[in-house]
Formats: sequence, structure tokens, C-alpha cells
Amino acid sequence: MKLPDEHKLAKRKMRGQAIAFWIFRILSYAIIAILFSILSFIIYKGASSISWGFITKMPEEGMTKGGIYPAIIGTLCLVAGSMIFAFPVGVLAAIYMNEYVKDGIIKKIIKQMTNNLAGIPSIVFGLFGMSLFVNKLGFGDSILAGSLTLGLLALPVVIRTTEEVLKAVDNTFRHASLGLGASKWETTSKVVLPIAFPNIITGLILSIGRVSGETAPILFTVAAYFLPKLPTSVFDQAMALPYHLYVLSTSGTNIEESRPVAYGTALVLIIIVLIANLLANGLRKYFGRKVKMN
Amino acid sequence: MYKIESKNVDFFYGPSQALKNINIAIKPNTVTALIGPSGCGKSTYLRLFNRMNDLIDNTRISGQVLIDNEDIYAKGINVDSLRKKVGMVFQKPNPFPKTIFENVAYGLRVNGISDKKFIEERVETSIKQVALWEEVKDKLKKPAFELSGGQQQRLCIARALAIQPSIILMDEPTSALDPISTAKIEALIYELKSKYTIVIVTHNMQQAGRVSDTTAFFYMGELIEHGNTKTIFTNPKIERTQNYITGRFG
Repeated sequence: MKLPDEHKLAKRKMRGQAIAFWIFRILSYAIIAILFSILSFIIYKGASSISWGFITKMPEEGMTKGGIYPAIIGTLCLVAGSMIFAFPVGVLAAIYMNEYVKDGIIKKIIKQMTNNLAGIPSIVFGLFGMSLFVNKLGFGDSILAGSLTLGLLALPVVIRTTEEVLKAVDNTFRHASLGLGASKWETTSKVVLPIAFPNIITGLILSIGRVSGETAPILFTVAAYFLPKLPTSVFDQAMALPYHLYVLSTSGTNIEESRPVAYGTALVLIIIVLIANLLANGLRKYFGRKVKMN
Repeated sequence: MYKIESKNVDFFYGPSQALKNINIAIKPNTVTALIGPSGCGKSTYLRLFNRMNDLIDNTRISGQVLIDNEDIYAKGINVDSLRKKVGMVFQKPNPFPKTIFENVAYGLRVNGISDKKFIEERVETSIKQVALWEEVKDKLKKPAFELSGGQQQRLCIARALAIQPSIILMDEPTSALDPISTAKIEALIYELKSKYTIVIVTHNMQQAGRVSDTTAFFYMGELIEHGNTKTIFTNPKIERTQNYITGRFG
């Protein structure tokens, strides 16, 4: 058999590699380009309506003028409320699943159920939240009902990311701790969690991003069409940014005139998510340092 | 009187048998090396002594493992107190993400000791025992991760010594270390022998020859030969042992 000319072979290999890498490169740049075009579109359309008054005033004149202050506060309340519920429950469930349950049928069932929970459309969460929290438990359309519904939605995200993080903690740390006579709980709380904590915060980031933008779950559980006052308790209704955006674009009193307010609202929503991410990232770094110094 | 004895020990991972009828008796204050090719069961056997295999689901043991004449697999045995008595050092140095001091103090704290003075004394004694004190005495509050690999491994040994075990298990303790750190650990093993009973798993024949009093050769879950290290290395009874030691297989 005649071997291929070495020079030609090398050339062919190089060409194949170059083509493959160029495709990957273009696709990666395309992702960045898409993100930037969305951002710049929203900034271009919305920046003009952003002002101090816009984020501190009540909506006026059929929501074509004035600000979106109550919607911002409403969204912040809902994010905080849902995290207060989903974060501890999710983290504890993940600890149970990763540190305590033995491999077997029960673990498989819990895991599958978590995945199923993640796959339920958000509008179904909304319906469920309405029938359970709003009607059955009698919370009414309220921040409490909305937070719990959003919390349910965030739960699988928190569970899954926390579980991945716990799985990534090297087993020899657990064995070393148990080998010194520590109990399983001491091992989990004093060794595993401190190692995993900074990355568990990442789960929090992801779910904040998800929760703050959701519209469907709050539709029937908390969101007010127009409510120019701030909530005073968890049993109050509230406005929220994503729902406000939806209202302004579909069923406001004057859709054309409220267009700039809609883009402004979108921009504020994006900025809030961004700030939340930066904050969580800062926390993660802070805890990361603390863990090493402990 | 023996420190550790195993009688007719079989061990299973699910349906597959990892250890077959192992009988070994280990005298106190000796170093026993477990050698054999990868997958021969020597690490599994080591982990029987502090019931570390309990952590793996679907495992099963039959036979008896006696420590100080007590069956450690009998009903009513407190695994935590067993593990207090049997310290362990792992393949990769694995200090906790805590300070140097807290790493050594950890075992004391989880065993309910809170007397500050006592903890400080135990920490200092343990670090001195592993000849690390001069290197770390000024940075006890620094994270253990800042130490070199060899120092970390000695710290892990100090961590095990702090709770005053009588047996120390070592699972390839030097396989991740450079030759100088390895030599230090080997010297340390020799020192520790006067106070502890040591069982060490190693892939390094020279190491087994240097540090151990008796050597046990495992092959495919069976104990092929156990005896005086010198005899095993110079005049083994069984040919397969000789072949392994001289590097003809494995």
C-alpha cells in the first residue's frame, strides 16, 4: 500500500482543523452578538424614558406617564419572598439527597420528581398557585401567594445546582472527617457545606434570574394591573415588572403612547437581574475567601 | 496477643466478591504493608478496619474482624468510637479548608473536647510528632492549603494523631508526593511505630521493604502470602509472590 504524501496529509489535517475551529469561533461570537443586540436594542429604546422620576414615581395617566416604582418594589418583594422559601428548602433537600439517601429506588424517584417539577410549564405553576395558595389556603391575590408560587418554580433549579455542587466535593474530605469520629451531620455541616457554599450561591443567582422575569406564575396569584400604591403586608397585591411590561404591551389604555414606558420597564428589569447577579457573585467571592481563612 | 485479627473475611461489592477468606493477625507496634496489583483488594481490606466500606452502598462482609479482641462488626459497636481508635491517612493530602490549627483540632472538637488549653497542647504535640512544628508554628492561623503537598500530608497525619488512636491506616500515603517528602513520611512511619500499630497500602515495593515489619501480598481478592517482610522479599514461599516482587507481573 502506498502511504499518502506526508506533506499533503499534514496540509489536509490543518485545513480540516481550521474549518472546524472557525465554525466554533463564529458560533461563539454569534452568541455574544445576539446578547449584545438584545441589550443595545433595549437600551436604545428604553434609555430615554429612564430618569430618577421613572424609578421613584407612581404610574400616571393610564400608565403612559409617570414611573414604575410600585412594580420595582413588587418584583423585589417577590424575588426576596420566593428565595426565602425556595433557598432553604432546596438546599436542605439537596443535602438530604446527596448526603443521606442511599442509591436506590427512593433516590431515583425523588430525582425524577425534581426533574419533572422543572419541566412543568410556568403557567401551570400559576394555576396551581392560584388554586392552592390563593383559594384553598385563603391567602388571596397576595405577595405571599405569588412568592410561594415563584418559589415552587425556583425549587428544582436550587435543588439541582446544589446537588451538583455537593457531588463535586471530593469524597476524601468526607472520609477524612468521618474517619476522625465525626458524625455524618458534623461532616456535612463543618466540612462539606463550607467547601460547597460559594458555589451554592451560584444556584441562588440562577434562580433569582429565573424568578424575577417570570410572568405566568404571578398572573393569577399576586400581580395587579394597576395599583399606584406600595404593598404594606405580605397579604397585599402588588405590581411586578414582567407583568407590567406585558400589560403595557398588550392591554394598556394607549399602547402606542406607553411604548417608551414599556422599554424603560424592560431595561429596569434587566438591570435588576444584572445587579442581583453581581451581588451574588460578590457574595460568592467573599465566602470563598472566608472559607479558606476559617 | 494481637492488635488486629481477621478471621475468614469475605467481602462483596454487590454480587462481586472483592475479598476471599482473608486470615491475618497483626501484632501491636508493627508496620504491616499490604501489597499487590491494582484491584487486588488491598485497599478494600484496609478500609475494613475503620469500617470505611460502610459508606459504600450494597456492600456485605462475612467473617470476623477483631481489634483488641473485639469484633468491630458485631451488633452494638459504635462506629464513631471505633474510628476514633483507628486513624486514617489518605492517598492525596486532603486537609480541610480550615486553618492549620483547626485542621488538627477538628478531631478533638467533634469528639466533644472544648477545653482550649488541652486542645492547644494536643495540637502542638501532634504537629511536633510529625516533625512539622518548626515549619508551621508561626502560621497556625493560616489556611492549610498554603502548605506544600508534603507538609499537607504530614499535617493530615498530625490530624489523625491528635485524637490519640492506637492504629493508623495509610492508603498509599506517598503516591502523590515527591521523593524528599516521601522519605520524610517513611522516616515518620518508622518513628510512629513505637506508639502505634500501622497498616499501610503501597504500590512501591522498595517502600514496603523499607518501612514494614510484615508484608501481606494480595492477588485477585485472595491473600497469597503474609509474613516477615525480609522473608517475603528474599525468600517467598509462593512463586507468584516472587514474580510480583521482582516485577515479572503486576
